[in-house]
Amino acid sequence: MRELPPASPTGAARDLLPAIEPERRVTDWGRSERVEGAFDKTLVSFLYHYWFRCEVEGIEHVPATGGALLVSNHAGALPPDGSMIGKAINEEHPRPRPLHLTVEHFFKGYPGFSMFVSKIGGVPAHPDNVQRLLHDEQQLVLVFPEGRKGSSKLYKDRYRLRRFGRGGFVEAAMRAQVPIVPVAVLGAEEAAPIFAHVNLLKRLTGLLYFPITPTFPHLGLPGMLGFLPAKFRIRFLEPIPTDEWGDEPAADKGLVQTVAEEVRARIQSELLEMVAERESVWF
Amino acid sequence: MRSRRILVTGLSTYWGGRLAQELEADPEVEAIVGVDTKEPTRALERTEFVRVGAQHALLRRIVQAAEIETVVDTRLAVDSGFGSSRQIHENNVLGTMNILAACSGSAREPSPVRKVIFKSSAHYYGAERDDPAFFTERMQRPHAPRTRIEADVVEAERAVAAFAERQPDLTVSVLRFVNGLGPGLATSHSALFDLPFVPAILGFDPRYQFIYADDIVGTLMHAVRVDLDGIFNVAGDGVLALSEVAGGLGKPFAPLLPPVGTGIAIQALRRIGLNVPDEMRQQLRFGRAVDNRKLKGSGYALRYTSREAVARYAEHLRVKQITRGDEEPYRYEREVEDFLRYSPSVRNRPSAPPERRRARR
Repeated sequence: MRELPPASPTGAARDLLPAIEPERRVTDWGRSERVEGAFDKTLVSFLYHYWFRCEVEGIEHVPATGGALLVSNHAGALPPDGSMIGKAINEEHPRPRPLHLTVEHFFKGYPGFSMFVSKIGGVPAHPDNVQRLLHDEQQLVLVFPEGRKGSSKLYKDRYRLRRFGRGGFVEAAMRAQVPIVPVAVLGAEEAAPIFAHVNLLKRLTGLLYFPITPTFPHLGLPGMLGFLPAKFRIRFLEPIPTDEWGDEPAADKGLVQTVAEEVRARIQSELLEMVAERESVWF
Repeated sequence: MRSRRILVTGLSTYWGGRLAQELEADPEVEAIVGVDTKEPTRALERTEFVRVGAQHALLRRIVQAAEIETVVDTRLAVDSGFGSSRQIHENNVLGTMNILAACSGSAREPSPVRKVIFKSSAHYYGAERDDPAFFTERMQRPHAPRTRIEADVVEAERAVAAFAERQPDLTVSVLRFVNGLGPGLATSHSALFDLPFVPAILGFDPRYQFIYADDIVGTLMHAVRVDLDGIFNVAGDGVLALSEVAGGLGKPFAPLLPPVGTGIAIQALRRIGLNVPDEMRQQLRFGRAVDNRKLKGSGYALRYTSREAVARYAEHLRVKQITRGDEEPYRYEREVEDFLRYSPSVRNRPSAPPERRRARR
């Protein structure tokens, strides 16, 4: 398991992909144009333009063609950062492209989430999925290397990046030979702060975590969406190419760790800079 | 190398029967021998049927006597909704072992078999939460098999892999088929799609792939004609959400099964005659898709995508509503078949494929 295909003859792998069927409104990944469109036009649009008033910098760092791996910091009880980054690319980029969000396998097993998350573009964070999207299908993929450690961290730890896993995302990018685009997002920590966790309720509900936020759980499940109107600033940083380290850089664990650390350091320092620059959390 | 003498196991299954019909239409195929435990369910012109026991123990003698070059094993049961689990296990595990034994020769008596084509199933991969979105042939399931069928398929394939290793000069093809659809192909899934609505588990919209009956036969024929060494996933292009399948069939999507206590609800359904086997329950929850690029790369052009397979099946269902299955079912009668094949009184012996059939191809 977890053994990834050796770099296959690129042309063959791509030529044999299924042709797009124009009659369909759902992709092979389960992404539904209809559901995503409705979600995008209503909630995401509202949050992006009016609630978080997203400010985007460095959109030119997102490549217009070919695969790229976007790596971002992650925060908030029900993190809005993923959808905001996707929306930013759709709104600001001269050539809007769909963004594939990697999510925990947990979502595929939880009723409701299982349907919804994949319909709006979530893909289980399996290395083979990332490889197929980046290399074979040449898509944009967003990963949160902090994962659950990021979204479950408490408000007092805001903007302090957690460990970046084992650098799996760097390996994925190297294997697919696509650039890594670090993304720094400011605002998500204040929009959905977590004050505490209730372990007993987490176990009873089977959720990933059971947070106490300004609106959850006392306002019920919709309280999970009770974001505070913090100002969002999204900054796409300069891409890090991964094709200049020889043939099989992914096999070199030391190099992988170094690059992962480098990405983390860049996002961290950018975040601290952005915190220093902003005068108000809300405006 | 082209195979001229072919043995088909599981002749009375849909797969074996359709394959034998297709082989009959090929003038270069000299001899077709079909074995099964039950009588054939399809009209066959020159295929010779031999009834064998469930374990296929005496198969070796047939193989040696008829100098079989290619064995196509379509016998694997991959749907626990048909037959008792003991029968299925015996067929899948012991049957596979014996068929492989029949294909391997000894120093004193080398086997005439040059090629073994083993029909397997995508159940090999299971359907789990932690699956990759597209299984390639190299991947393995993340967890040990949870259902009997899946365990059977894994065990049978392990036997085939060991056989292939022992016999390096043989071509061993393992074809892992996804859910098949087609008129006459009865599976637990087709029973589900025949209902006036498509049931699902509340909160889940699993991903499904289908292979249309013509492509099932087409792939098997492809494996007979060219040498496909190794494992191949066989699936139509495209992956559908179950709700899309319902749309394609023109039926409402009905998430009636509860996400918690699904097993109990399924028990209740069984009482009213709707059987949802364990492996299907896993698929209804998590779905599954495989990567078919290796097969496409081998030169087989799939005729139908998953969506088209569903559309074709929907057409069939609409016609079936009107005819209500009035077509005369085929009945095998040994004496008639023997008369047609061997009696000196028969003038138009169907030993060579008739023009009509060749023209159709």
